[in-house]
Amino acid sequence: MMDIPNKLNLPSYKEQSAEVKERLDFIKRQPVVLEIDNLVKEFPTEEGVRRILDQVSFKVHRREFLSIIGPSGCGKSTLIRMLACLEDITDGLILLDTYPVGEPGADRGMVFQKYTLFPWLTVKKNVMFGLEVANKSKFDAEREALQWLDIVGLEPYADLFPAQLSGGMQQRVAIARALANKPKVLLMDEPFGALDAQTRAKMQAYLLQIREKIDITIIFITHDLDEAVYLSDRVLVLEANPGRVQEIVEVPVERPRSPEQFLSPEFLTTKIHLEELIHPSAEESKDDFKVVKMVATEEV
Amino acid sequence: MSNKEEKWFRFGKGLSQKRVRGLTIASFILPLLIWSAISYLPVWKPEVQIVEAGDTIYFEEGDRVDRETFQLENENLTTEGDLPMLGKRVNPVYFPAPHEVAGALYSAFVTEPRREGDPWFHESVAHSVRVVFWGFIISSIIGVPLGIMCGVFSFFSKLIEPFVEFFRYFPAPVFGALAVAILGINDAPKVAIIFIGTFFQQVLVIANTTRTVDFSLVEAAQTLGAKPGCLLFRVVIPAVLPKLYMDMRILLGWAWTYLIVAEVVGTSTGISWFINQQAKYRMFDNVYAAILVLGFIGLGTDMILGAIGRELFAWEEGKRSFFSRMFNKNKPVAVEA
Ligand SMILES: Nc1ncnc2c1ncn2[C@@H]1O[C@H](COP(=O)(O)OP(=O)(O)O)[C@@H](O)[C@H]1O
Ligand SMILES: [Mg+2]
Repeated sequence: MMDIPNKLNLPSYKEQSAEVKERLDFIKRQPVVLEIDNLVKEFPTEEGVRRILDQVSFKVHRREFLSIIGPSGCGKSTLIRMLACLEDITDGLILLDTYPVGEPGADRGMVFQKYTLFPWLTVKKNVMFGLEVANKSKFDAEREALQWLDIVGLEPYADLFPAQLSGGMQQRVAIARALANKPKVLLMDEPFGALDAQTRAKMQAYLLQIREKIDITIIFITHDLDEAVYLSDRVLVLEANPGRVQEIVEVPVERPRSPEQFLSPEFLTTKIHLEELIHPSAEESKDDFKVVKMVATEEV
Repeated sequence: MSNKEEKWFRFGKGLSQKRVRGLTIASFILPLLIWSAISYLPVWKPEVQIVEAGDTIYFEEGDRVDRETFQLENENLTTEGDLPMLGKRVNPVYFPAPHEVAGALYSAFVTEPRREGDPWFHESVAHSVRVVFWGFIISSIIGVPLGIMCGVFSFFSKLIEPFVEFFRYFPAPVFGALAVAILGINDAPKVAIIFIGTFFQQVLVIANTTRTVDFSLVEAAQTLGAKPGCLLFRVVIPAVLPKLYMDMRILLGWAWTYLIVAEVVGTSTGISWFINQQAKYRMFDNVYAAILVLGFIGLGTDMILGAIGRELFAWEEGKRSFFSRMFNKNKPVAVEA
């Protein structure tokens, strides 16, 4: 894997076209929506306290699409759940529009990997849930819910129950339901993780479309590198044990995005770089080899 | 429909609608067939009913005697030159035939009570239903909310459940005498027995059911801005309702089983009183009729509740309930989009 870039003569992932540079600069000039400052998470375990996240700091700007990747179990879900206040903060600060967050709220909408539509409510009533909780009149709630369903392309299904929808449709309703509250940031924890490859590709396209239509900041967790590069402005790579920010990679792929870009040099070089960050394959296997040799010689 | 012959025994697999219906009917027909066989065919018949008494001084026409006694007495009679008895082989009186019980099912309702002031059969049945109803309702009014609170908040769970867990091992009947001493001899102690028999199980069962609610639904609601009160009433309770309804059906069955105990507490009343009374008169066909009525009420209630449940919780299978179908017609069918 290490020598592929040489063979293909790929550019460095740091090289950015004018469009990309301009867009990323523009984003950086936008106000900071979410600031994470030295975030620490510890879980008590039988062998004592275990630190899952260590000194995690980063900023998310308005309208940015930030993906978080990292080896499984490195604390991605824990991190995003902390942003939603579904998990207590051990130490550090989470600032939303410069104010520290304290409890879960509609200003941080969340889409989970698990299907979490309320099965006893119709699709429309599901989207109305947050609006009604916010004391909107039934009339307004219904009207807005239908608008959001229209945006995710599911208005004709408004009166069906979740059990009647496919997984992909359910996740689109979940997105509409979260967006209906006009959150300052949309948190997505592997939202397409349970879908098959084809549906997943469709969902990625939908998400890009939705992002074009409305003003929304997104933090998106995935273990799929293609997905991360395809959707994001920046990709945050989380290191495991304890979870630390390894690098925040600016994606040098132009927008609007389309599936043809999967094979473009800037796409590939970014993906290869991310791959190396997550699986430092060469060194690791060298280490493994050393261990094997040690064990072997000891036994003799 | 495939041409292939459907197999009757398939590991862990269901059967077709038609077969399910057939088996359900068979499950009632089979015991009835066995009962009929024993009643109408000469398979058992350990007794003899005397048709003509002859010259015996010990028995009268209509008496039932052991076959051995009958033979012995007849031998005695013939050796002494007297006229022997005539008899027909029958089953014991406590084993009436299906047609006798079927007749009793009707006649029990229309037969006037033996003594003035005693309740009619239908009044006894109504009395029983009333006792179970109130016992179950009072238990549920307290037990369901308490169970849900225990399921949602560790505080209530740890405070209440250990004692309830202990208390439920007391068999409800042991409180009979106490209940009468405290509540008098009318229906109150009977309702109390049903209550005690139901309540403690109910709290634990419902607490456990509440704990099975998918917590990610609660988390999703939190990220939609729902606060604790809203989480309880708009997420946890609707989510637990189908299973809770199922629990209630099972608990109601348990409440029924406490009925017979409850009815002999203090003064005997209701169906139990009727059964004991009829047994005293050796009207066993009426006893069976009363037992069957208990079964019919139990099964009937459960079937009705089951049907209502399927309507109420149609969303579980992604179906629309009858009422919502009535109000909005012509809805789109789901296709992959
Ligand atoms: N409630 C908890 N108690 C103890 N350990 C936990 C808890 N939740 C998560 N963890 C641990 O934290 C680590 C990170 O989990 P998670 O955030 O789910 O990882 P990821 O989403 O990156 O795969 C895992 O090793 C997991 O075992
Ligand atoms: Mg995860």
